[in-house]
Amino acid sequence: MSNLLFDEPGPRARRRIRIATVAGTVAVLALLALAVRQFAANGQLDAARWQPYATWPMWRYLLSGLWSTALAAVVSAALAMAAGLALAMGRLSRRRWVRLPAAAYVEAVRTIPALLLVYVVLFALPRYGLDLPLFWKLTVPLAVSNAAAFAEIFRAGILSVERGQGEAGLAVGLTPGQTMRMIVLPQAARRVLPSIVSQSVGLLKDTSLGFVVSYAELLYSGKVLATYNGLLIQTYIVVALIYLVVNASLSKLARVLEARRPGVRPPRRRFARV
Amino acid sequence: MSAVLDHLPEFWEGLLVTLQLTAASFAGAAAVGLVITAMRVSPVGVLRAIGTAYVETFQNLPLLVLLVLAVFGLPEIGIKAGLLTTAVVVIALYEAAYIAEALRSGVNAVSAGQGEAARALGLSFGQSLRHVVLPQALRTVIQPLGNVFIALTMNTSLAAAVGVVDLTAAANRVNLAEAQPIPIFVGAGLAYALIAACAGFVTGRLERRLGMVR
Repeated sequence: MSNLLFDEPGPRARRRIRIATVAGTVAVLALLALAVRQFAANGQLDAARWQPYATWPMWRYLLSGLWSTALAAVVSAALAMAAGLALAMGRLSRRRWVRLPAAAYVEAVRTIPALLLVYVVLFALPRYGLDLPLFWKLTVPLAVSNAAAFAEIFRAGILSVERGQGEAGLAVGLTPGQTMRMIVLPQAARRVLPSIVSQSVGLLKDTSLGFVVSYAELLYSGKVLATYNGLLIQTYIVVALIYLVVNASLSKLARVLEARRPGVRPPRRRFARV
Repeated sequence: MSAVLDHLPEFWEGLLVTLQLTAASFAGAAAVGLVITAMRVSPVGVLRAIGTAYVETFQNLPLLVLLVLAVFGLPEIGIKAGLLTTAVVVIALYEAAYIAEALRSGVNAVSAGQGEAARALGLSFGQSLRHVVLPQALRTVIQPLGNVFIALTMNTSLAAAVGVVDLTAAANRVNLAEAQPIPIFVGAGLAYALIAACAGFVTGRLERRLGMVR
């Protein structure tokens, strides 16, 4: 907790804090009450409309959607990380003809929406005879767009390793490739681990584009279910809660990883995690 | 190429919608994000908890899920608004979490002596935040805010998935009519890249004029 903006409160400040506490609590409760009233007034609170989500078949269906989400996220994360590592090394290469294309890729992909890439894979590639299976229609565009973000994370990590480490590697007679692989990368990887985990949360969120691709991940499963049972808001709330629990756990993991390495400042990120 | 030129009006309409979505939701996100930041650094525990819960919730939910929930779910409980309005509100609320996070890192970068000096002069919490801390905090987070802006621009394309006819949707429609994917999607991509390049240029200028290096 930063104490930047306030000191130990005196009697008057304590009174004001109490007032603000009550006001804040009342505001939240009022908001909740309003929401409940809206639900009740439109008959969305009826037990019959929530009952299905207390039964196993519904959950089995949604959990199989979650499994597909996880599968798509893991596969596209693996692809994106491999490509990202290659791009990061490319951007740090001494050879211009490697450095420039890698930099151009990263800068270009950063400014193209993932959905546009999905549309390209969905509607443009089949015209040129490349009709990927459904699973790859989701994972390939996600890998393409996240590779750039991973590349920047790895690059920042590699740059954050002290110069002396690489120089020492070269001094004991390792080739530049060996130095990178055996000395710089292991240290860089450890430093960027929290960023990698939180970027993976972003990627997991992106898999909800399966909604567009009609790949049966969690959100699309929710859509199918809502069309089938007509419980729109209930289904989407349950789906949102599942995403929330999974992603919040992963974000928590990222924070734990970050806290475990005292003294090492994480490299600065250029990509907003959005 | 002619596929793009013949359909310029559609592209133009789509681009306008994208720009509207971007501008309106960034303005909303900035306002909400500022309030959330103020709550998160306030001496009131309840407000801090609300602010943290807000950021955690919106950072861990996919934007598309929120859009689908708002567009298809909210009418079920009697909240009916226009499609574009719904999209703007949802994107603004979502991105506010990221703006709040960026701003908070800026507030944390302001040295403690500044806050102490402000209090020594007798400024209240709100005054010291407004006159002393935030102006300095904003200057340190110009680049991160620019990154959030670019990401927000990219995220507005998700509105296409729930039926808003923005640039992405326009490109898709033109492609369905013309079946010339390469020029059409490259054109749309270039338009997004142009917006991002403008944002990058502006943040670069702002950073040079206002930025503070510690």
